Amino acid sequence: MSQARNRQEIVLLGVNHRTAPVEVRERLALRELDRPALEMFAGLDACEEVVFLSTCNRVEVIASCRDGRRCARQIMDAWLSASGLQDEGVESCLYRYENSEAVRHIFRVAASLDSMIVGEPQILGQLKDAYREASEKKSSGQILNRLFHKAFSVAKRIRTETRIASQAVSISYAAVELARKIFGDLSGKKALLVGAGEMAELAAQHLKTHGVRDLMVANRTLERAVQLSQELGGKALSLDELDSALIEADIVISSTGAPGIVIPADLVRSIMRPRRHRLLFFIDIAVPRDIDPAVNDIENVYLYDIDELKEVVEENKAERQKEAKKAERMVEEEVIKFTRWLESLDIVPIIQRLQEKAEQVRQKELQKTLKRLPNLSDKERAAIEKLTKSLSGKLLHDPIIYLKKGIDSEDRDQALAAVCRIFGIDDNRDGS
Amino acid sequence: MDAFLLRITLIIYVAATAGYLVHMITLRKDAERVSFLVLLAGTVLHAGAIAMRWVAIGHPPFTGMGETLSFLALALSANFLLFQYGHKVKNLGAFVSPVITLITVAAVSLQSGAVAPLPPVLRSLWLPFHAAICLLSYAILTLSFLISLMYLLQERQIKKKRLGAIFKRLPSLETLDIMAERCLKIGFPLLTLGIITGSIWAEKAWGAYWSWDPKETWSLITWFLYAALLHQRLTVGWRGRRSAYMTIIGYLTLVFTFLGVTYLLPGAHSYVAGTK
Repeated sequence: MSQARNRQEIVLLGVNHRTAPVEVRERLALRELDRPALEMFAGLDACEEVVFLSTCNRVEVIASCRDGRRCARQIMDAWLSASGLQDEGVESCLYRYENSEAVRHIFRVAASLDSMIVGEPQILGQLKDAYREASEKKSSGQILNRLFHKAFSVAKRIRTETRIASQAVSISYAAVELARKIFGDLSGKKALLVGAGEMAELAAQHLKTHGVRDLMVANRTLERAVQLSQELGGKALSLDELDSALIEADIVISSTGAPGIVIPADLVRSIMRPRRHRLLFFIDIAVPRDIDPAVNDIENVYLYDIDELKEVVEENKAERQKEAKKAERMVEEEVIKFTRWLESLDIVPIIQRLQEKAEQVRQKELQKTLKRLPNLSDKERAAIEKLTKSLSGKLLHDPIIYLKKGIDSEDRDQALAAVCRIFGIDDNRDGS
Repeated sequence: MDAFLLRITLIIYVAATAGYLVHMITLRKDAERVSFLVLLAGTVLHAGAIAMRWVAIGHPPFTGMGETLSFLALALSANFLLFQYGHKVKNLGAFVSPVITLITVAAVSLQSGAVAPLPPVLRSLWLPFHAAICLLSYAILTLSFLISLMYLLQERQIKKKRLGAIFKRLPSLETLDIMAERCLKIGFPLLTLGIITGSIWAEKAWGAYWSWDPKETWSLITWFLYAALLHQRLTVGWRGRRSAYMTIIGYLTLVFTFLGVTYLLPGAHSYVAGTK
């Protein structure tokens, strides 16, 4: 048995939106298997611990093992045959990472640095679900537990310390952000939907989660207005009531399919006095546009159309890329820490054996001596006992420090073997 | 000694200004916290410096332009701190602290060490009252002016769809509007009270409540501007851009009343320039 085989290793195999088309990802997600994919991987004899992650953009298997190469081979074979993709040449789509590379990959995935939209928050939740499943089925253990907990805390740190997720990268969210820069606190504000498009609905939901209470829906067909206003918890109006609704509203989202202008500038000008010049924010996401562009020239009125919102989104995406660089540096720090911990794992059993051996020697010699000196008082016995303990402890102190901190990662195998030979202890590092 | 303390205060104000600017540029939260504490320390020291001067010259220190500006800077700083303690306006510090620093620079350079004997007309209890109330109102109206400037700046970003660094660093329009109004609602009554106490003092000193000297005339013009603005805000619901412009016009008139009249138009109030 070679020494390398005794070390704890982490292997990660997977595909994501960049390496494989959706058909391959779907097959590899193994949803049609008669038993959970996790169980299948956990049953492989080379894998000690397994977590199986499957989202719409990525499918990955993360395992800890003693022999990375053999474990990866087994996972690959089982995976391809279970998905029925053995002869399809999909192996080139799969990426494979080991140890620090695997750790880095998981940290980056958790922090949403590897996502299609960098900084999107769902992936962390999906990763947590995958980990929860593994820990419920006890397929994860000491190493993967620590790996995932670290991944979650790295992700959290990145989220709070960088602005990677602070900017809106969807149109409906960008609209909400803008509303917050106009009104500050959105609670107590009224929103009006003109037309009942899907994107308007999404934006309205965002507004609601940010505190908007009152919602009005005006639509050409009242039926659809009623339906949507019930879904969102608002009031339905017909388009004829637009004038009075505009007096009440603070945020107007327009998305009708009308071929021409629905809200002319004159109408808006005429309602400003009755609304006591309160600020009014129009979001026009209809194509062709519903709101006269001249509305933006009216005092205390702000109009953004879909192209302008798209531009905001593009700028924010660029900003995220910049923040991502900061995040990568933080990931790197944590990868180094984790790898150091992983490497220290095989040292623990050696230290234990060292201490056991010292204790055995101490006990044996102590018994011998005490037998020869039967007339000692309790106090004297205790003193001798203490002496032996401190002797063995002090002798082991430096070797243990050396094991914990003094070994270079390059020639660690030889160094560990040397320590074992000097002290005459077993060099089987898996602890069994 | 008080002049020395005032100079130390100035150095502290410069440090606070630098801190607020760092916060504005880097958005680091600790920079803001530290700046707040530094400014607070400067303000306490400043109050001490003014108190010492009072003791040293034997009457309330409101008689020269240097002393007046020194008190104005103190009032501005104290009001800003109170304001930030209650309702935080993002990055207001980066706008207010340079103004505090500039006024203090002027105060340091104008405040003379030698104390001339007090002219008889200033030997009245109404002097500290009138001056302190006026200066307090100027300080609060300075805040409303700066907040209105921020409003116009932010309004322009949103209207022109330039959602860059400035947009991200300024608070929302409505927050700024509400805060500017709050300042007006406190500053305007104080201004009114300042004019009334001034008028009472004028009666005691010269025997007439109102003598249409340039200072008085311009005070009245300023008062009318602010009164009109508040009236429009409260009755018609003026707000936003128009209100911000009016606030700025009102404030510029106020500055002219305070400085311009003193230096350019001769009249009974010109003793405030100290040298005349």
